[in-house]
Amino acid sequence: MTFINYAAREINCKIVYYGPGLCGKTTNIQFIYDKTGTGAKGKLISLATESERTLFFDFLPIELGTIRGFRTRFHLYTVPGQVFYDASRKLILKGVDGVVFVADSQEARMDANVESIRNLKENLREHGVSLEKVPYILQLNKRDLPTALPAPELEKALRIKNEPVFEAVASRGTGVFETLKAVVKAVLMDLKTR
Amino acid sequence: MAVSDLVLHEADHKRFTAILDRLRKDANAKVTFLIDKNGQQLAVAGQVDGLDPTSLAALSAGNVAATDGLAKLLGEREFSTLFHEGEHDSLHINVVSGRAILVVIFDERSSLGLVRLRVKKCTGELGTILDDIVTRSQSQRSSPTGGATPFAEITDDDIDALFN
Repeated sequence: MTFINYAAREINCKIVYYGPGLCGKTTNIQFIYDKTGTGAKGKLISLATESERTLFFDFLPIELGTIRGFRTRFHLYTVPGQVFYDASRKLILKGVDGVVFVADSQEARMDANVESIRNLKENLREHGVSLEKVPYILQLNKRDLPTALPAPELEKALRIKNEPVFEAVASRGTGVFETLKAVVKAVLMDLKTR
Repeated sequence: MAVSDLVLHEADHKRFTAILDRLRKDANAKVTFLIDKNGQQLAVAGQVDGLDPTSLAALSAGNVAATDGLAKLLGEREFSTLFHEGEHDSLHINVVSGRAILVVIFDERSSLGLVRLRVKKCTGELGTILDDIVTRSQSQRSSPTGGATPFAEITDDDIDALFN
């Protein structure tokens, strides 16, 4: 649910990074935080466990600039990837404008990726949102690992509609901003068509 | 998408701010915030220096969402009021009309009883404005001219420029 504030001349959109545990959702957000200028970002909030696993969510507000006299602000959230935090994942999807699915490229995590997409579909449906309609980007992360499956194989298994796909190594920042730009574009284009 | 966008006009903002300002004075509070349930700040009254309103909004919304989840587990519709007591400052959070969250920050110059009383008195007014906004958004969406936003003419170049 996009929030258009005529009083403050700004538009606020919510983007959620989704994916299985340890796929690199927080790493994406952390890299965006590190490389964004002070004036264009707010605080990075991580509600994490003592072992730095996401407990509830990470939150990063960023401001990208002005379109048609309106400041564009994006609230980036991650969900906790671990299976048993499903209730929290569902809450965070409320009011989402765009989703980035961060897939773990390793062969051993294939089942976890598939299960997480199924879970995303189901949780979106509970908010009355269809994955087929929501602006959606697929990121294939951890491309640098020797155990990573070939990208075409991952795409075949994980691509669910004609969504843009980006290969990434989030720990080094590769593909992180390309993914962000794509989801921002998809969200704004979706707004245009409404 | 199934859910209507939330569109806040200057006049709505003024109405919210007037109520929040009155509440702040009546409750002897430091700051009063109105936030939508997704964590977007709608209006604020009082001294926000040293506060981070964006984070405060996101965390309050997360707090309410988690508490809503707990309520449902117990078979309750919602827990409409939350209270966090600090050594100096305290936080009173109240769900308004099921759509927004009213946050009051106060210190020892006020009391929980006073804040609760004043909050109760103004939630109806805030709820009416929220209902107006939602009704207007829905009627604009279903009108033949549509609820055209300033973004209807966005181009690829506009979006590319954001990242340059």
